Amino acid sequence: MHELAITQSMLDLVLEQAEKAGAMEVGRINLVIGEMSGVVEECVKFYFDFISKGTLAEKAALSFLMVPTMARCRDCNESFELKEFDWACPYCQGNNMEIVAGKELFLESIEVE
Amino acid sequence: MKIKVLKDILDANEQLAERNRQLLDSNSVFAVNLLSSPGAGKTSLILATIKSLKGEIKIGVIEGDVSSSLDAEVIGKEGVPVLQINTGGGCHLDANMAYTALNNLPLKSIELLLIENVGNLICPAEFALGEHKKVLISSIPEGDDKPFKYPLMFHKADAVLINKIDLLPYLKFDIQSFSQAIKAMNQAVEIFQISCATGQRIQEWISWLLIQLSKR
Ligand SMILES: Nc1nc2c(ncn2[C@@H]2O[C@H](COP(=O)(O)OP(=O)(O)O)[C@@H](O)[C@H]2O)c(=O)[nH]1
Ligand SMILES: [Mg+2]
Ligand SMILES: [Zn+2]
Repeated sequence: MHELAITQSMLDLVLEQAEKAGAMEVGRINLVIGEMSGVVEECVKFYFDFISKGTLAEKAALSFLMVPTMARCRDCNESFELKEFDWACPYCQGNNMEIVAGKELFLESIEVE
Repeated sequence: MKIKVLKDILDANEQLAERNRQLLDSNSVFAVNLLSSPGAGKTSLILATIKSLKGEIKIGVIEGDVSSSLDAEVIGKEGVPVLQINTGGGCHLDANMAYTALNNLPLKSIELLLIENVGNLICPAEFALGEHKKVLISSIPEGDDKPFKYPLMFHKADAVLINKIDLLPYLKFDIQSFSQAIKAMNQAVEIFQISCATGQRIQEWISWLLIQLSKR
């Protein structure tokens, strides 16, 4: 459900940037979404089709770069992908890590005409 | 033509949250965003906190709810200023809703503002309100696998309250592995074990709150 709010914010940002560039139409929207955000691609697409109607972005294709959750071990300094139910360092079994990727929720670029 | 944007999608909410924060700070209000699944004990915690700090700290409450105002009515009986926000089906409070609420509360006479977010462990994690601390309530009946299912929420919390510890004799819940999982990805987090029903160890949470308030 929070996809609706997120999609709306994303569309607002896209339109603001497109208007600033004097674009006639937005052809593609490139998003970077971290796995930890829990944002579901299909949901965003669903809401986008609905709320973009009648705007410069109504024909835009959405492209998603999904970023896996990555952690760095504070004990041995190794980095690794964090998988569900596996919250120990695979190298030293330590329990002290820092999340280094996976929280992303940003608009990378738009392609306009 | 390609236009690089590189902006957080929730940038607009972040900016509104920052405005809320300034409004709170200029009135010396310390705000806590309370997050949990439905029924974990947010309203009970607010009531227990009011009871414990009566006469000591001036409390105000924002009640976020999908549609009802039941919680706000219960809290209003305690004689503290309370403002109800109905999200009209929305699954989280956002900074804009919080701003409206802040403008309708007597901020000058509030020292501690407790915000009960909508009961949900996913969406409220993404939407800052301008709070000073995020406090997550997780209760014994929900089971000890929640940190794995909702990592972002546990990662962002400043404190985690394990509520309903009076039920520990009847339910399986490994507090140690639960705490270890949270600490693994959130080193600075404070973890408390409480029971809002019996008042057991509530004082540890209250002491922490008072320390945070004194740093205000
Ligand atoms: N056994 C037990 N029940 C509790 C405790 N705290 C809250 N409850 C009960 O759990 C239910 C939901 O609590 P509530 O505060 O309304 O949760 P909220 O939905 O997060 O606001 C109510 O029936 C409370 O009486 C506790 O520490 N122990
Ligand atoms: Mg409640
Ligand atoms: Zn390691």
